[in-house]
Amino acid sequence: MATTVHEPPNIDTDRLPDQRHSGNGGWLNLIPSDGDLHVALDYSPPPSSTAIWVLLFAITMMFAAFSSALFVRKGSSLDWRTFTLPSILYLNTLLLLVSSVTLEVSRRRVAAFMGGQKSQVESPARWLYITLFLGLLFVAGQYAAWSQLSAEGLYLATNPSSSFFYVLTATHALHVLGGLGGLVRVIRKLSKSTLRRSTLDATSYYWHFMGVLWLYLLFLLWMKL
Amino acid sequence: MHEMSAQVVQHHAPPTSFVRKYIFSLDHKVIGKQYYALALVAALCGMVLSWMMRIHLGWTNVAIPGLQLLSKNGAPGGVMTPEYYLELMTMHGTIMVFFVLTTAPFAAFGNFFLPIQVGAEDMPFPRINMSSFWVTFLAFIVLMSSFFVGDGPTLGGWTQYAPLNAVGSAGGPGQGLGVVLWMVSIALFCVGQLLGALNFISTTLDLRVKGMSLMRLPLSAWAWFITSCMGLTAFAVLLPACILVILDHVAGTSFFVASSLVINDQLLPHSGGSTLLWQHLFWFFGHPEVYIAIVPGIGIVSHILITNMRKPMLSQRVLIYCMGALAVLSYMVYGHHMFVSGMNPYSSLAFSFPTLVITIPATIIVLIWTFSLYGSKLRINSASLFALGFISMFVSGGVSGFFLAQPSIDIMLHATYFVVGHFHMVMGVAAMFGIFSGTYFWFPKMTGRMMDETLGRIHFWLSFVGTYCIFMPFHYLGIAGNIRRYSTFVNDFLQPLIPVHRWITVAALITGAAQLVFVYNLIHSRFWGKPAPDNPWEATSLEWSTATPPPWDNFGGKHPVVYHDPFQYGVQSSVGDYVMQASPEQVKTEHEEK
Repeated sequence: MATTVHEPPNIDTDRLPDQRHSGNGGWLNLIPSDGDLHVALDYSPPPSSTAIWVLLFAITMMFAAFSSALFVRKGSSLDWRTFTLPSILYLNTLLLLVSSVTLEVSRRRVAAFMGGQKSQVESPARWLYITLFLGLLFVAGQYAAWSQLSAEGLYLATNPSSSFFYVLTATHALHVLGGLGGLVRVIRKLSKSTLRRSTLDATSYYWHFMGVLWLYLLFLLWMKL
Repeated sequence: MHEMSAQVVQHHAPPTSFVRKYIFSLDHKVIGKQYYALALVAALCGMVLSWMMRIHLGWTNVAIPGLQLLSKNGAPGGVMTPEYYLELMTMHGTIMVFFVLTTAPFAAFGNFFLPIQVGAEDMPFPRINMSSFWVTFLAFIVLMSSFFVGDGPTLGGWTQYAPLNAVGSAGGPGQGLGVVLWMVSIALFCVGQLLGALNFISTTLDLRVKGMSLMRLPLSAWAWFITSCMGLTAFAVLLPACILVILDHVAGTSFFVASSLVINDQLLPHSGGSTLLWQHLFWFFGHPEVYIAIVPGIGIVSHILITNMRKPMLSQRVLIYCMGALAVLSYMVYGHHMFVSGMNPYSSLAFSFPTLVITIPATIIVLIWTFSLYGSKLRINSASLFALGFISMFVSGGVSGFFLAQPSIDIMLHATYFVVGHFHMVMGVAAMFGIFSGTYFWFPKMTGRMMDETLGRIHFWLSFVGTYCIFMPFHYLGIAGNIRRYSTFVNDFLQPLIPVHRWITVAALITGAAQLVFVYNLIHSRFWGKPAPDNPWEATSLEWSTATPPPWDNFGGKHPVVYHDPFQYGVQSSVGDYVMQASPEQVKTEHEEK
């Protein structure tokens, strides 16, 4: 399954922190008015290391809005019926958490591989494939949970509690699918030797965030449904 | 020759094909122009809609020729029905707020000039940037399509209050498919703006050239950065809200419609929904949206005033902090839109206080402007005139905000023309003046040609006087109890106000026609205007260091190095009374901020 990478990826040296280049890093990188530029930091972070936090913030706001909608909707109505969460969700949780661990393993391996320790690292993509597989299993597991609920007669419109269950889990699953797309991209770039360290880091932050977000959602659903 | 450091990051190759160059372009400058064109088309659509509404308000039974072609049921014989009036009003508000006031000052100018002002070659994610525009364009098409499908566009107002937004066709024409299209359009718009914010924030934080510290960013760049942070938070909340409404429509959920609701003799199948929930979600977006429209204008106007005053503002730093304070506070005041919604009265008090507090940074900004202007030899041109007009509108519209911020007064003025006058001046026209000011200022850099100055001044005076003729009477109408959203004034107490409405209608038609002068100037100058030099205004920021119009990679394969604060005017240098940010020349200056 794993692709064989024959050559170590080309490392974009200009992206490494110790290189001098034109970017201006530092958040308060003030330069004195006499124009002495030697005191200026000469390193700017790769944009994806900022952009990933921007993205995660937007996703957080989105789920915060959904959560507050849930609180308000539950608090203001008399038609809220609780139900037991399908037990497969707990298995799914485990899968997602394990996938975070495997991704972290692969991140270290790819880093070592990119760092030139080629002989010690065989097929650095293997753990990425395992992560991808676990992620797919998670989505399949969520699908199984939806099937189980609809078999019990709980559909999207049956009750506000089921509505929120479907909306929150489906939105999360869509974001997980986005993360899977990101993993596929990382694997492709690795096999083409064009992977940047910052891309790998950003993808893994996103993936870990999906796990944390899921833990929060599970807690919310368990408390409120 | 300025010192340039070696080029490092190459984001994309120069475009070769027609499609890559002009349509699906990755170049932030082309994307900026596309946003500008979209805003221009949208503004003209919105203006025509307002003309039709104004004619109807002044002369209720007069047929508007051709209106029946747009909607047979909505305007039989050219006279609009009350429902159709509401549909036009909804579309006017939606088009103007989203597709003009958000896209033009923020997305259009920001896209074109933010990367150049920080010295970057492009945005860090050009493909995402391109999708940002095309998703927004799709959103506009979806919104406009509601004129032509089903029973017309939604009539619920640009705020789309629940439960009307979720009851379906029972609520009136356009409340079925029309609302769904509106929600899909706005959800797409949110996605587009989130993608844009992602690029704006990473550009500002990561792509600044050597020497460009955050405090050396020009005020316009600061304004776009702060606005993108606001947009990130606001649009990420409106998006899920729209999704929930769409589900109420197409999936039969009950998020927003209460139990046992009977509308037009139809019992609705929903149960237990919360009508106030929508208002909370919407205004959490909606109030920051007001600042998303105005903060870029504040930055643009400051930038242009400084250039024409030939001296920096009293304090660049305080201006930046005030814009930041507006951004933060804008999330704490949203409840002032809901004083009469049935929300807990104590929360009205809690929202009233920050609403009064938010006037403090706004007032400081205006004071910095006026005291900086005091005693300066302002160069008068179309750009600086519109900048002054911006301040005038911002103050005139802002003052009525003090009244509306107090729940006890707002209960009387809520949903009257007083509110309509207030927000049209403070966020609508003020932001438009910011757009005009920016256009006259940056047009030479964007196209390589100068705009006609005489036509610009005619445009300014007609717009300036016209705007006051339109929106000042709105305040009187509101105090007299004229309720907004009425299509005709049949009540006894409203009848005497009809002449005022006629005056407003005439003023609106003339002021609207004056905008055609601008459109003519824009198009004529684009092709036949005087060729522009690289730095026609003797300005200092980085966009004026490069060629006019800038090459595809902004600085011709090099990165500038920044040596100075953004606004070094009133100094003695080899080029005149200013020194450019990228010039290594040492000058003695008293304006350098430590």
